[in-house]
Amino acid sequence: MSTLIPRAEKVLSENDRLAGLLRAEFTRCGVAVLNLVSSPGSGKTSLLERTLGAMALRLRMGVIVGDVQTENDARRLAKAGGRLVRPIVTGGACHLDARMVTEAARELALDELDLLFIENVGNLVCPSSYDLGEDMKVVLISTTEGDDKPLKYPGMFRRSGAMVINKIDLLGTSDFDMAKVEENALAINGSLEILSLSCRTGLGLKAWFDWLERQVAAKRDRPQAETSG
Amino acid sequence: MHELAVAQAIIEKVEQWRQSEGGLRISAVGVRIGLLTDLVPDSLEFGFEALTSGTRFENTRLEIERVPITGRCAGCGQSFTVESFLFVCPECGGRDVALLSGNELDISYLCVEDHNDEHEPEVKLDSAKGHTT
Repeated sequence: MSTLIPRAEKVLSENDRLAGLLRAEFTRCGVAVLNLVSSPGSGKTSLLERTLGAMALRLRMGVIVGDVQTENDARRLAKAGGRLVRPIVTGGACHLDARMVTEAARELALDELDLLFIENVGNLVCPSSYDLGEDMKVVLISTTEGDDKPLKYPGMFRRSGAMVINKIDLLGTSDFDMAKVEENALAINGSLEILSLSCRTGLGLKAWFDWLERQVAAKRDRPQAETSG
Repeated sequence: MHELAVAQAIIEKVEQWRQSEGGLRISAVGVRIGLLTDLVPDSLEFGFEALTSGTRFENTRLEIERVPITGRCAGCGQSFTVESFLFVCPECGGRDVALLSGNELDISYLCVEDHNDEHEPEVKLDSAKGHTT
């Protein structure tokens, strides 16, 4: 004989608890936090390199950068002028979780930052399940990928607040269709903000920088509103 | 492929509960997985089996229920099942759709045997976490 005992317990409740603590701390410090997610090779590190270099006088920025192996990306970002760059080598794990970010954030002077980027592991599946205490997930896609990617990874595109389309200088050299990718993404998430740019030529970067400043200003304007996470 | 990490989290939760209840034998664990979580049930089962092999949960079944994605249109208030991940209201075509279900990753029930297994040593709540024999 066996008895069925109803439970209602979130499997990732420990991650969610830690993410709530992180969110409260980020809010206390008034730092805007963006969780950058994409496939490998879409240009997360390149976008951050351009951003750190160009925005150094306008914003105080820090980066927590995750990679399965090597600290190569962290070195690139430190060289690009990252005020504070903390690497996380996951040693095989396919995503960052709130515990890893908590440890990395402990070594950052959050009080002295306006904006913190969390560069997630290149993967459009696993990172979507793990809240890192961020204000927003920003999903990158590049024109050398399929324009049906939002349809293939709906979970990530649904959970993101903005989509950045990179490598637009290469438009026309592949079958990537800008109108189609936007249509696909908006079908999954009608409130997704969309930016397009090229890290290589700089096209569209100004709009990205202005968008970042708006995120920082928005966070500053609601300092204690979200402490409960 | 974070199914292994999810399976590990499920096992830890079940073990914590088992210890707090004085060491019951658990024959099945029910989990609800929303279709928006991108988790593959087969991989989760595989991970669960791999991690429980040779432990006290070796014969514990993982029973997975998939939860459809449902939403409510902010424009006309219509509730509907989201097909093919397209968050578009079938009534008015609106795209401002609030998620009602589909994000679940929950333990929904446990099946326990009515008697404690006499071969199992008593395990106290504060003993080694995640310990298996």
